[in-house]
Amino acid sequence: MSILKKSLAELSKALLEKSVSSVELTNQSLEAINNLDKTLNCFISLTPEIALTAAKEADKRRSKGEHSPLLGIPIAHKDIFCTKGVKTSCGSRMLDNFIAPYNATVVTRLNAAGTVMVGKTNMDEFAMGSSNEHSYYGPVKNPWDLSCVPGGSSGGSAAAVAAGFVTAATATDTGGSIRQPAALCGITGIKPTYGLVSRYGMIAFASSLDQAGILARTAEDCALMLQAIAGHDIQDSTSVKTDIPDYKLALKDSIKGLKIGLPKEFFEVELDTEIRAAMDKAIQTFKDLGAILKPVQLPNTHLSIPAYYVIAPAECSSNLARFDGVRYGYRCDKPKNLKDLYTRSRSIGFGKEVKRRILIGTYVLSSGYFDAYYIQAQKIRRLISDDYQTAFKEVDVVLSPTSPMTAFRFGEKSSDPISMYLCDIYTCGVNLAGLPGLSLPAGFVDTKPVGIQLIGNYFKEAQLLNIAHQFQQATDWHKQYPNL
Amino acid sequence: MHPEWESVIGLEVHIQLNTVSKLFSGAKTAYGAEPNTQACAIDLGLPGVLPVLNEAAIEMAVKFGLAVEATIAKRSVFARKNYFYPDLPKGYQISQYELPIVYKGILSFPLEDGLIKEVGITRAHLEEDAGKSLHEDFHGFSGIDLNRAGIPLIEVVSEPEISSSKEAVSYLKTLHALIRYLEISDGNMQEGSFRVDANVSVRKKGDKLGTRTEIKNVNSFKFVEKAIDYEIVRQIDVLESGGTIKQETRLYDPAKNETRSMRTKEEANDYRYFPDPDLLPVILNDEFIDKIKATLPELPPAKAKRFMTDYSLSAYDAKVLTMTRELADYFESTIKQSGGSDPKLVANWVTGELLGALNRAGLDITESPIDPIRLGGLIKRIQDNTISGKIGKTVFEALWETSHTADEVIEKQGLKQITDSGAIEGIVDEVLKANPDQVAAFKSGKDKLFGFFVGQVMKVSGGKANPDQVNALLKKRLS
Amino acid sequence: MSIEKKTLARLAELSRLDTESSDTIEGDLARILQLVDQIQAANTHDIEPLSHPLDVVQPLRKDIVTEENQRDLMLDLAPQAEAGLYLVPPVIENGE
Repeated sequence: MSILKKSLAELSKALLEKSVSSVELTNQSLEAINNLDKTLNCFISLTPEIALTAAKEADKRRSKGEHSPLLGIPIAHKDIFCTKGVKTSCGSRMLDNFIAPYNATVVTRLNAAGTVMVGKTNMDEFAMGSSNEHSYYGPVKNPWDLSCVPGGSSGGSAAAVAAGFVTAATATDTGGSIRQPAALCGITGIKPTYGLVSRYGMIAFASSLDQAGILARTAEDCALMLQAIAGHDIQDSTSVKTDIPDYKLALKDSIKGLKIGLPKEFFEVELDTEIRAAMDKAIQTFKDLGAILKPVQLPNTHLSIPAYYVIAPAECSSNLARFDGVRYGYRCDKPKNLKDLYTRSRSIGFGKEVKRRILIGTYVLSSGYFDAYYIQAQKIRRLISDDYQTAFKEVDVVLSPTSPMTAFRFGEKSSDPISMYLCDIYTCGVNLAGLPGLSLPAGFVDTKPVGIQLIGNYFKEAQLLNIAHQFQQATDWHKQYPNL
Repeated sequence: MHPEWESVIGLEVHIQLNTVSKLFSGAKTAYGAEPNTQACAIDLGLPGVLPVLNEAAIEMAVKFGLAVEATIAKRSVFARKNYFYPDLPKGYQISQYELPIVYKGILSFPLEDGLIKEVGITRAHLEEDAGKSLHEDFHGFSGIDLNRAGIPLIEVVSEPEISSSKEAVSYLKTLHALIRYLEISDGNMQEGSFRVDANVSVRKKGDKLGTRTEIKNVNSFKFVEKAIDYEIVRQIDVLESGGTIKQETRLYDPAKNETRSMRTKEEANDYRYFPDPDLLPVILNDEFIDKIKATLPELPPAKAKRFMTDYSLSAYDAKVLTMTRELADYFESTIKQSGGSDPKLVANWVTGELLGALNRAGLDITESPIDPIRLGGLIKRIQDNTISGKIGKTVFEALWETSHTADEVIEKQGLKQITDSGAIEGIVDEVLKANPDQVAAFKSGKDKLFGFFVGQVMKVSGGKANPDQVNALLKKRLS
Repeated sequence: MSIEKKTLARLAELSRLDTESSDTIEGDLARILQLVDQIQAANTHDIEPLSHPLDVVQPLRKDIVTEENQRDLMLDLAPQAEAGLYLVPPVIENGE
């Protein structure tokens, strides 16, 4: 087994004990990618020179006595994060020629912690999608089943971690784009509370819903990565000033007596019997660990997808207006006039799903429709948020399946936007409420992973990570690797 | 002219605030820089950037609101105004829509007959300025400079309560002086710090409001007046010949003195305003507002009143001297420098000789070659009778041309007033002796010759004889 | 729920997108609207819209210059630039 098929924590230990160097790890990572990424297509860009420079620097820092947990660890960044001097495409033709002139805060912080960026991962264009089939750079294949999707929009990051190319990757989640690919690829993913992690330099899709997070092998790995990126950033007005706990230290508490809520609405929908079986097994594991399971109600669950698909497109229609062929990005050839410049650059630069969402977004914000759609959706957002607060009076966390299905086949949903949107049923309400959510592996159906989701109250990342960690001490789903 | 018609005018003024950095970024705001050297990533709308709000812009907006007795919104929200234009990098302008920071204020300004009119200020909100498109031809392309993109503006919207172009100009001049008084803007119209859009409609007396047109971006008070006048006449002509007014935007052409329709789109733009999700509501508490209230300078109306009381000035003089803060400060400084015993004299000199000379030279009070110290020194010497008022004018000229003090000039040119009664007697007697015919003529009733004698005495004395003493002595001698 | 051609044309204009070359767009949009229309059934009387999940207020930044001239770096990204300016097809003064 390649040393790379270890968790971040294990690699960190190996580096500390000097049984391997960062340069060696980085070379292994790059080699694995060179051999196997042709098949999977996880990466849009590779940055071997930058990686090796950073690896050498990390080894140097380590030799001078520094030993922070992330120092010298190879990681990947979702191609939605601006990386200075490096192509940042957001999965789109529109930014195919865009070399970011600055670093996203998430990138700056992980660089400072000593991580080594091996490349930028593939994603659904502008983070819009649940399968990574909507990328200008082609689809990503699920390492567990090459005929199936890895989930989206952070499909590249998830598949890269699942395949063992890197032990951790950054990702973003607006309606489920970290958690759902984590579930479909059998890894762990955390979407923090809205405002915990800076959005500066993270190309915006839906500003009030987007959050940066981590995909990794284990909860412990997520904790180590989250530690580096969490915390207030003055460059992001929506980032929150709050004390950041030591996430690693929090991973030691027993969950005896923990009250876990099971929303009845989540289980009322047609849930695949095999996924239900995996859920039941997970519930039993939690019970064995001493948790108490209780039914709770989230009565406005059925409105979460409709409300989400009003708010997210609305915000994206405005956020994507800056892509006009004037200051950067794709410009059409020989524009006849200004209108032609805009229309052709945007129509060629953007893919179908992005255009659909811009049009819907424009519709729901337009005069005469604004109150009935946008305002109504924001009101429903409050109802959904209130539902969770009511539930949290009875329980500490909420448990659900992450995705209603395991990894589906290519083409199965890509031509029907609605069927794709329904993948978000368990996840998008969490974004609407701004709560933290974590997905962890909990079994398989055939050879395809099943994930379960833990939803916590605001800024309860430490609690979520701990619960997931305890679960992972008692199970070994997170230690499974696909045969590539 | 058209007595049965009345015009209804509303003014929207975009005022650039003179913050050091931009509304949502830390880039410079200085005017006249090389293109695109003051446009950072945030101003350019690069992918992933986010706005952070400038504290000084909020303070200035609140200052303005307090100065026009408006309500300061304790909670205001920034909203996106969405449209496409090359000088608008993000494809939306961050502005304020439903919840502006300032609303329901009043601006008082003088009418031609001296009466004061009050016009409501509907709202004043914060928004970012756009860039500029240069129309020089770059082989068939236009050039875009985004230095101006992101500079903070307050947009001051008046109620449609202005009734004529002259009223409009007075409103604007008062607003202009106010923002300079408050030091929140330099109000430089040539540099685009003060941009006026006028909404104009006409109606027959008693009718409901007519359709209005918007005249955009008129950049001088003179042109505002002309543009409004032209538009009123145009609209009346159209209506009187049975036509209707199209609601549209028009541009004023100063060369032809006419307004022209801008090429309008097929449909009105739908800006799809919604609260900017990258920004949070701006919450202001009483403490914040009170702190700004304490920094408000004495505003023109209060200052003018004080000048009338403290310095016994006429309403007119008080108004002139409080037109700008710089002039008012100059005036009071000069009073101090002159010893403070005759503010009215100071007022006469400042409004008369000084402003006259400045106007002729095309200079502003801030560019005056004579500072309050030197002018005060001159006035002191008039007050203490060292020189006469008339000689003062000679000294003034010397002060203008050189950097000497009044005392130095008086000394150098030997301008001291002759007050010695013996000396004056001698000159008077000399003059009377030299002009016996005129003396006889005066004594036989030609009163007008008195001036002749005064003139002669002045001539002989080189203008330095004290006029009062001369008068008194001549009267005595000629009686 | 279907979407009128006129409406689609207006949306395309407002968002500067070409919709005529897609034959599925009308149907797609209609079905998405059908999905989101479900929100109309909700009773939201007396409910305040939620714009931000957390009850926080806008922070303020001190008025100081923190960005120096980076024109070369930024203009490098431009598809077409000259003499320090971004170039676009002629801007005819027709407002917004």
